[in-house]
Amino acid sequence: MAKHHISMTLNGEPTEFLCSTRQTLLDVLRDELNLTGSKEGCASGDCGACSVMVDDRLVCACLVLGAECDGKTVESIEGMADGENLHPLQQKFLEEAALQCGICTPGVLVAAKALLEKNNNPTETEVRYWLAGNLCRCTGYDKIVRAVMSTAADMRGDSK
Amino acid sequence: MVRVLLTDSISKSYTGGVSEFEIFVSNVRQLIRQLDEIYPGLGSEIDNGTLSLSIDGDIYQDAFLEDLQPDSEITFLPKIGGG
Amino acid sequence: MSSENRKYKWVGTRQIRPDGHDKVTGRAKFGSDFSVSGMIHGRVLRSPHAHAIIKSIDTSDAESLNGVKAIITSKDFKDQSPELKAAGEGMINYKDMTRNIMAREKALYDGHAVAAVAATTAEIAEAALELIKVDYEVLPHVIDVDEAMKDGAPILHEDMVPSGITIDGPTNIAKFVEFSLGDTKKGFEEADIIIERSYKTEAVHQGYIEPHAVVASVTEDGQAQIWCCTQGQFQVRAFVAQLLGMPTSSIRVTPSEIGGGFGGKTVVYLEPLATLLSKKSGKPVKMIMTREEVFRASGPTSGGSMTYKIGAKKDGKITAVEGSNKLLAGAFSGAPAGPACMCAVAPYDIKNVYINGYDVVVNRPKVAAYRAPGAPISAFGAESIIDEVAKELGIDPLTIRKLNAAKKGTQAAYGPTFREIGYEQTLDIAIEHDHYLSPLGPNQGRGVASGFWFNIGGESSATVNINEDGTAVVISGSPDIGGSRASLALMAAETLGIDYDKVRPIVADTASVGYNFVTGGSRVTFATGLAVVEAAKDAVRQLCERAAKIWEVDAEAVIWDDGHAKPASSNVGDFEPLSLSSLAGQANKTGGPICGHNAQNVQGAGPAFATHICDVEVDPETGNVTILRYTAIQDVGRAIHPSYVEGQIQGGAAQGIGWALNEEYIYNSKGKLDNPGFLDYRIPVASDLPMIDAVIVEVPNDRHPYGVRGVGEVPIVPPMAAVANAIENATGVRMSALPMSPPRLLAALDQANVKEAAE
Repeated sequence: MAKHHISMTLNGEPTEFLCSTRQTLLDVLRDELNLTGSKEGCASGDCGACSVMVDDRLVCACLVLGAECDGKTVESIEGMADGENLHPLQQKFLEEAALQCGICTPGVLVAAKALLEKNNNPTETEVRYWLAGNLCRCTGYDKIVRAVMSTAADMRGDSK
Repeated sequence: MVRVLLTDSISKSYTGGVSEFEIFVSNVRQLIRQLDEIYPGLGSEIDNGTLSLSIDGDIYQDAFLEDLQPDSEITFLPKIGGG
Repeated sequence: MSSENRKYKWVGTRQIRPDGHDKVTGRAKFGSDFSVSGMIHGRVLRSPHAHAIIKSIDTSDAESLNGVKAIITSKDFKDQSPELKAAGEGMINYKDMTRNIMAREKALYDGHAVAAVAATTAEIAEAALELIKVDYEVLPHVIDVDEAMKDGAPILHEDMVPSGITIDGPTNIAKFVEFSLGDTKKGFEEADIIIERSYKTEAVHQGYIEPHAVVASVTEDGQAQIWCCTQGQFQVRAFVAQLLGMPTSSIRVTPSEIGGGFGGKTVVYLEPLATLLSKKSGKPVKMIMTREEVFRASGPTSGGSMTYKIGAKKDGKITAVEGSNKLLAGAFSGAPAGPACMCAVAPYDIKNVYINGYDVVVNRPKVAAYRAPGAPISAFGAESIIDEVAKELGIDPLTIRKLNAAKKGTQAAYGPTFREIGYEQTLDIAIEHDHYLSPLGPNQGRGVASGFWFNIGGESSATVNINEDGTAVVISGSPDIGGSRASLALMAAETLGIDYDKVRPIVADTASVGYNFVTGGSRVTFATGLAVVEAAKDAVRQLCERAAKIWEVDAEAVIWDDGHAKPASSNVGDFEPLSLSSLAGQANKTGGPICGHNAQNVQGAGPAFATHICDVEVDPETGNVTILRYTAIQDVGRAIHPSYVEGQIQGGAAQGIGWALNEEYIYNSKGKLDNPGFLDYRIPVASDLPMIDAVIVEVPNDRHPYGVRGVGEVPIVPPMAAVANAIENATGVRMSALPMSPPRLLAALDQANVKEAAE
């Protein structure tokens, strides 16, 4: 079966790839483009470890076909830092130990960034419900939720 | 005299139900040898790592080289692992 | 709570973890992120039956499929002796292990591996699985532990001879263990009240987000390299060597970053298959489990069926406890019945105790370790019944625990007499905690429970290399699951007297560092930490020797203080202190490279105790339980990196809350798992939980240079009873079976209402 020739913008760069019809965006990122930051925890949209942005919408890359991404703009964890400067969420996660094993971390960070872009002053409940699609088995979410709220405060310029 | 305590399962298997006794030894190597003479197989279970020992409250992963004090209390335990 | 921390510059501070940047940018390589040139892909054919004789396997059609490079079945593995061998967690029965990784005479659970294929693409491998013809004779199966112990139950292993008990004829009981202290008959005679109850817990999965993954490459001369996500690269090496009959020196295992384990990655599933497929195909083979495979064929921990009987005096003094813990092992023996018995009432000073345990095989995947294996199960029973005693006697549940608390000098029911422990301190803090004193609203309740875990030592090896610029590399062999690189680097920095950011810790493969036992049992910061400190001290000793040579004095006349060699006294001479970097810079002329080393079987683990407080609100319409507030208080000995200590406590508590409220395996009437995915096997999500307040208590373990006990296991022990006790406090309904999910709790509430109406 012929492969699809897809052009998209990935982390700000024009990107082309060939994929089969059954390959998901997650397969494409990991297997064709060698970007393994997005993780596969379930392949069914339940764990959120593969969270990416497609045209400014937060999605599970395992639920999107590579072939659907023609002309789209995709952002993955690999595009989150600005050059050698970490995104404030990434920095805060390090400072506040909001990760343990780190497997869910890329997806959580991408999802949290999407939240803060929509809502720069989320309540604890809003953070918890927004991140309810990102499973973490290590942390009990405490330090993740705190780190997201504290980053939001920093980005708003509030003094803690 | 070193005081030796055995769990029920271990005493049933090796000592005919004797779960507490005293023995004159000054280290675990002597203990293993002497136990194997009194209760065949019991010393070997320590030696081959099937059982672990606690000495005065400390659980030893392998107590082979440990010295024992005259008033030491030893307990035989199943080997502990963990998550 | 210790202010002693301040005597340290680095220990007890919250530094950024050394592997952090890799993990927040997506650079870190986890199990399935690894690839090598020329690699092909392996897939596993799994039994659709819970229990079936494998009459024949025909792989000929699959072999002829284009792109298929190798197929293996149990015939490709030599059989193993049932004799137990020391390796990995406890004693290993390789006869069972070879049958667990690949079904031999029978398939023993839904998802049991029966064949594996390697092909040029994963799609071809999957297509090939469908072409393998397996002739099964389906047998009756048994899923439940109580059912499996009944006469006439389907028997998994006709030849199984139970240990610790004599049973005529075939049985599913693999092992019986007993522990006793004092005389329970006498203890119950002394009691003013006696309560007896039965409890049941479900088997639950460790639920790591990263599925098992491996790449194996065997060269034509028989040298194997294995890259995999594991809690113990040395265990993987030992298991593969034994299962495939290879010399240990021919296998090099490199652990990837590990996406959660909790005990579930202390065993092997794919590693021997990928290695054999690579050997047979002559190509590197990559294998990754799907989430469904993870649920059907890996983990879980045991489920249990328990009875507990407790006697107490009116003043709350517990006079006797009897308990029985029947634990399901999955398809092969190995349920943690011993630890379940030993931990059940370990927090208490009770003079008369008798507890027994059964290790029972059923048609489910073989259990693996999960945080404090066995302890959460028995503690659910013991900590629930103690709560009932407190209520019956009208005594505060923390006060009754304090009245009976184990302390230094208490003989535990499993034998040893405790030295310094911190259980009472956790209770004292709980009693005065703002949480415990806060008011509750309607439909709300509060529960408390305590827990115990031994903690363990074990083999650890470490090297501390002093670099020419005065920095250091710490090499250990303990996979870093939750920040252990940071804690090892902190202890090395403290010991060497240099800055934390000048210490770089790495986790080495099996060929690059001495043997290390698994990351598990709460041992890494304690045991590997001790090896790192000793290796750093070895480096310090060498540094002092170098200074002595430069100064032309005896080595004993040089001391190490704050990162500098100094004369021990003014009698030695008037020498300017020499810094670590200055000594490192001239190492070549003073004797060559400076490499500290230590390898030992670490003894002296200090037991850990915890007390948890949980507030719930129960929705009487739906039976849904909301966790309103949660506080976990734990003696950790010393918190080397407090943030990651808190993280372990919070994560363990969250897992326990999932176990309490939602997690369960749903097997259908054919013994097939109906919920092998995160949608239906419901682990806690962010919106299910409140903040979890972790309160660190520090009663140092005097057998560790910085006082470490260990932290990861015990936080999962109290939550199930704490939640059940809180539900009882809120509703008056005592839940004695897990999970306390909305339909089950609603049914119990309805039943209580009916009963109340009838009265």
